[in-house]
Amino acid sequence: MAASSAIDLSQALVMSSAPLADWLVVLPVVWCLASGAVLLMLRKNVRIQPWLAIAALLVLLGLDGLLLWHVAQGGPVTMVMGRWLPPFGIAFTVDLTGALFAFFAAVIALAGGVFAAEDIDASGRRYGFYPFLMLLMAGVSGAFLTGDIFNLYVWFEVLLISSFGLLVLGSERKQIDGAVKYAFLNLIATTLFLIAVGYLYGLFGTLNMADITVKAAERRGDLPLMTLASLFVLAFGMKAAAFPVNFWLPASYHTPRVVVSALFAGLLTKVGIYALVRVMVMLFPVEREELSFMLAAAAAATMIFGALGAIGQSDIRRLLGYLVISGIGVMLAGVAVGGPGGVGGALFYALHSMVVMTALYMTAGVAGRIAGSFDLHRSGGIYGRTAFFSALSLVLFLSVSGMPPFSGFWPKVMVAKAAIDIGAWWLAGAVLLTGFLTMIAVGRVWTLAYWRPAEASAVADAVPRTSALVPLCLLVLVTVLVGLFPDTLLSQVQSAAALLLEPSAYVGSVFPQGVR
Amino acid sequence: MEALFSILIGLFFAAAVYLMLSKFLVRILLGVAILGNAVNLLLFTTGRIVREVPPIIPADLDRQMAVTANPLPQALILTAIVISFSFFAFLLVLSYRAFQDLRTDNANEMRVAEPEADGAPPTGY
Repeated sequence: MAASSAIDLSQALVMSSAPLADWLVVLPVVWCLASGAVLLMLRKNVRIQPWLAIAALLVLLGLDGLLLWHVAQGGPVTMVMGRWLPPFGIAFTVDLTGALFAFFAAVIALAGGVFAAEDIDASGRRYGFYPFLMLLMAGVSGAFLTGDIFNLYVWFEVLLISSFGLLVLGSERKQIDGAVKYAFLNLIATTLFLIAVGYLYGLFGTLNMADITVKAAERRGDLPLMTLASLFVLAFGMKAAAFPVNFWLPASYHTPRVVVSALFAGLLTKVGIYALVRVMVMLFPVEREELSFMLAAAAAATMIFGALGAIGQSDIRRLLGYLVISGIGVMLAGVAVGGPGGVGGALFYALHSMVVMTALYMTAGVAGRIAGSFDLHRSGGIYGRTAFFSALSLVLFLSVSGMPPFSGFWPKVMVAKAAIDIGAWWLAGAVLLTGFLTMIAVGRVWTLAYWRPAEASAVADAVPRTSALVPLCLLVLVTVLVGLFPDTLLSQVQSAAALLLEPSAYVGSVFPQGVR
Repeated sequence: MEALFSILIGLFFAAAVYLMLSKFLVRILLGVAILGNAVNLLLFTTGRIVREVPPIIPADLDRQMAVTANPLPQALILTAIVISFSFFAFLLVLSYRAFQDLRTDNANEMRVAEPEADGAPPTGY
């Protein structure tokens, strides 16, 4: 048989090299993997580990900052792997949402890296805290930056295995117990995600998110997309700890080292929310509309039960675990309401929650050390020992309950207003009630652990360490600045939501010549 | 052929869910292993099962002349197998360690992180 006519490879292959600026799209992930590998090799060298890691995280913050600037200036950017053009090759596509999340994740990770310098002892470093942190960041950045849904699954697994490593670091009995529940349930959640990806591939024959967006819009009528969307909601809801699949979170988040809890609270559940927003808002907008009542009910339950759970806890760290959950409820409410206000509010709240929940866990760690206990029955006297640290804590307490003028206020206003606009007054009421209940929960921590005089027998180091205060000040500064000057972030978040709701720029960046 | 596979996958899922509903870690582990395999079969079936040639293009041609099997699901399964196997190994070690430390493999009795006698917070000074 003679060779058929020559094939025009330019349709399937990248023929020119990528512009230098496009490398920014993959650099955060590559940098994390590379520096994680270097840190792994220098694992025994416990003295220089923190310095190297903090330097690496600073570089990561710079890279993510550049990426955010690049994307904010020029719209979504795509880079493809292995010369294959989408939909054949794996694409990394970054739009404003992904870049914003990646940037805030880098801020959190830097704060965590500095906080860990004193919080993690030599044995924790020898067992690889910093390499795990860098690999976790590789997974998180990859999940935020990828444009391919199977790739998203792989990054989920990368961050999951790193989080297992961090969770059992120290291997106390309590940690093993928490890790069992965390590991099994999260693995089942990612497996559910993989099932959904399998069906998605079966229906569309493609895994590229931009390609799926286009094809789903064209062939909505004759495909069982509702089943698929519900599976995604279940999988990501479990990842993000939405009611009723959230009980792995309070069972495990209080067990590891404080800085590990802080990083988890800031990063992991938000990856779930990010994936939910990406899939439900961008890929399946019609299905999101149909599922919106179910989502709203789950959101209200998550908010209320999370806040009530927080009121019922006497351990500060477990209380914070429930606050993470109630925050997820607000984001879910934003996704359920939809539209620029709802989605924008959800994104804004996610970014706020990343900063504030991380800072709150760090606060809890310092407070536990000063008061001598995490138990509200026994702790006390923090205000008498250090007023400055108490002031920082108070800012965070007010911010998490959504009080003005801190960063929690604006996204709650956005979500509540969007809910009222579509007539879901009960959802807006749930948001406000959650703020009230959260205020009670953190107010109790304030009165008992901070105001109440210390017991005479309590022995503790009175002053918070510098390595704890520096990241705390940084994060508090972020929440205060965002609260006082919300305009910059607000406009970015609104255009990010607009890009998600109308993803033609995203699709255009993946397929510059149009979808074939 | 796909219908037969669908039934098989359904059986796998049923067995996996049944095992994962147990309170004993070893059974849950077996459930996780079966679940992983069920998903792999599902991915394989989504690529359509055909009795065709492998997608290899002969040296003297520049395109495939016959219908070929779909290589992508196989690549996906390969990734998924590696991941699910490594996770299974991790969970196995974790469960064994939990059994050593907590002296039980009954999830209901694992109450170290969430003790049952955890009282309500104080209501006053």
